[in-house]
Amino acid sequence: MSSAVSPSAVVSAAAPVPPGFGCPELRLPADQVARARTLARQVAAEVDAFTERRSTVAIERTVLRLLGVDGAGDDGVPWVNRIVDQLQGEGLLQSGVAAPFCQAMLDRGLSAQEAAHAVVQGHIDLRPYAAQAIPGLQPAARQLGDHLAQHGLQRIAAQRATRQNFLDTLGCGPQPLLYVIVATGNIYEDVVQARVAARQGADVIAVIRSTGQSLLDYVPQGTTTEGFGGTFATQANFRLMRAALDEVGQELGRYIRLCNYASGLCMPEIAAMGGLERLDMMLNDALYGILFRDINMQRTLCDQRVSRRLSALAGILINTGEDNYLTTADAVEAAHTVVASTLINEALARGAGLQTEQLGLGHAMEIDPLRPDALLLELAQAMLIRTLFPGAPLKYMPPTKHMTGNILRGHVQDALFDLVGVMTGQGIQLLGMATEAMHTPHIHDRAWALEAAKMIFMGGRALGSELAVRPDGAIEVRARETLGKALDLLEEIAKDGLMRSLAQGHFADIARSPDGGRGLAGVFERGPDYWDPTEAPITRELQSRGWLTPQGTAVWPA
Amino acid sequence: MATHGRTEAQPVDLTQVRAYGDTLNDGAVALSFSLPVPCGDEAKEAARQLVRQMGLTDPQVYHAHDLGEGYTWLLVYAKSPYSVDFTKISVPKVATSKLSHVAIEDFWRAQGGGEKLRVIGACTGDDAHTVGIDAILNYKGWRGDKGLESYKCFAVKNLGAQVENDRLLAEAAAFGADVILVSQVVTQKDCHRTNLAALVDLAEAEGARHERIFVCGGPRLSHPIALELGFDAGFGPGTLPSDVASYLVQAVAQRRRENAQPA
Repeated sequence: MSSAVSPSAVVSAAAPVPPGFGCPELRLPADQVARARTLARQVAAEVDAFTERRSTVAIERTVLRLLGVDGAGDDGVPWVNRIVDQLQGEGLLQSGVAAPFCQAMLDRGLSAQEAAHAVVQGHIDLRPYAAQAIPGLQPAARQLGDHLAQHGLQRIAAQRATRQNFLDTLGCGPQPLLYVIVATGNIYEDVVQARVAARQGADVIAVIRSTGQSLLDYVPQGTTTEGFGGTFATQANFRLMRAALDEVGQELGRYIRLCNYASGLCMPEIAAMGGLERLDMMLNDALYGILFRDINMQRTLCDQRVSRRLSALAGILINTGEDNYLTTADAVEAAHTVVASTLINEALARGAGLQTEQLGLGHAMEIDPLRPDALLLELAQAMLIRTLFPGAPLKYMPPTKHMTGNILRGHVQDALFDLVGVMTGQGIQLLGMATEAMHTPHIHDRAWALEAAKMIFMGGRALGSELAVRPDGAIEVRARETLGKALDLLEEIAKDGLMRSLAQGHFADIARSPDGGRGLAGVFERGPDYWDPTEAPITRELQSRGWLTPQGTAVWPA
Repeated sequence: MATHGRTEAQPVDLTQVRAYGDTLNDGAVALSFSLPVPCGDEAKEAARQLVRQMGLTDPQVYHAHDLGEGYTWLLVYAKSPYSVDFTKISVPKVATSKLSHVAIEDFWRAQGGGEKLRVIGACTGDDAHTVGIDAILNYKGWRGDKGLESYKCFAVKNLGAQVENDRLLAEAAAFGADVILVSQVVTQKDCHRTNLAALVDLAEAEGARHERIFVCGGPRLSHPIALELGFDAGFGPGTLPSDVASYLVQAVAQRRRENAQPA
């Protein structure tokens, strides 16, 4: 070979380097893949049938927010909580919060914000309105609710259009996107850290939430400067960070995505806020809160459906949390549970109208890096997930379980994961921090990770499309074995239903009962007159875009 | 105390131990830090001056990295003239041995009976920060170390935040707790100490102090402070669930042996 040929020309002379998604071909039994997906769809359909008939206090609070209510009392309790709790306490929520609220607005001639304030001040009592329920609801009140809901949803649609405009004009980084976290506890300090990270090449900034926010049954209000291990997710904090990333992104000529958590007891509210403030990604898992935060499964399953419908509408990419399963279960033995859960999460997501390009299904195998062939097993699993979900911007995560405080070893582990990520065509690479599990990242910790990842991605970008795995070799055998076990597990789950399966501890070695955990009191069956003015327009919009069928069910790629 | 590997080279004087790079007593140390100033010669000089103020000598900036937005990461090597007397080092410790997850389960099984060790936990007073108690008790644990819920040998009840002392004792009695685990994160005006001492006083007033093992934990707590406040043990920052689990199985076994003997 001529020494005059530059390294980049060596590759591009043979074939152009693809923009991403290069992954060596992995031969999987097509009948098993099809069967696994059929079972996952069956499981998801059963969940959807359950959740469609129910609502939760969080969903009702979301409705109020979309109608335009945004405020909190001096005690920090949001108005939407005060309003919903007033009805919930008296068992008057079966028809939803919208009907009594809109009727009261109409009667008093108040805006949503004014009416909310009046309820909180005790000037309006919604209970008599709720007792009348829908039969007493005047057509004008219904029109008012429909109008306000449309307005709220239009604000989300406008943010979606703004994002698209940024992506069309500025563009963004190539896949795998470089994803880093900020977690100072102070949103103003987070902004500094995020802007610096963007300058070093970060494509996605995830603001980690304060520990325990997932268990708060309300969303804190306003900008916040104190948190524990992270920063509170509030609408005001979202807005501040969004503006900062837009500014630095325009300067850099690259759209910087913002990520937060639509999870925990306020899942749908945070999804709505994310839509209103143009977040681009949300950690949003159908099962994570049930397993790892002991949130009641009925509550989370209902909440995830609404949060995902909103994310579908807002163009928000969701990240699922299967990567966490293996922090508690054995990484090699239980790898199939990740695959099974990812298939279920996909089916539930599609049922909510999310599209392939919004499915940032999360995975990481947490295999002990000191185990022989650890890297080979990681490759096999990463290729399996990549092959099962073509086109989805998969989120690949390095192992947090095996970070020791030896930051140099940790940095090498993370680098190896970067290599696996780029050579299996992952969509989003969550960059490990060498200091992970020691402290929330310092400003230079992120710089080390970004510098390493950029170098590895630049050097390894063509590996996935140039290398082939040995037919029937260790990688294929491992991938098929994992798929086979995932299929067996899905057969069981489909037979028992998701809720009973969760109770049996199939995922992450954790068993949760349908009536246990936090937040069950906030779940209720919809009464015959239940009304959520945002529901029909969201469904119509998702249908008109071809993301839900005319029957309101999932659309699957051919 | 063995000084490994220096059979031929100059022996270590354990009364004057200095940092070591490649020559005994060279005092070699590395520092990594960022400064909120733009990258350049001034940033490097600022780093050198800062390092000298830390008491170190011969600072050498190996790398200065422009982080953007007026921040610079610096990697500095220097020499430390200080030494410690290693023969005088004394670290108070919880007097039970650290066991692995499996060894903890085995230890408890070997105690016989088959009953689970019952642990009740709470953040008491106004403290709403369950991060510590959750890290120790919840299944997920902390730093890859699974919480007490993940052990077969523990029955765990986590009461969460803002639990009053009298309620905690009542719940502990109802639960038949062997252990009461209290987390205190908020330390304004030393409220954690007041709160913890009040719990022990209340338990003693009810004659229930010696029925259970009392353990506290939090960022500003330690084993010596816990003993001072009348607890059986205390755990400070960096504690893993398995540290607490190791202590609990051994301490409860010990307490049961003591209680079984007639006074």
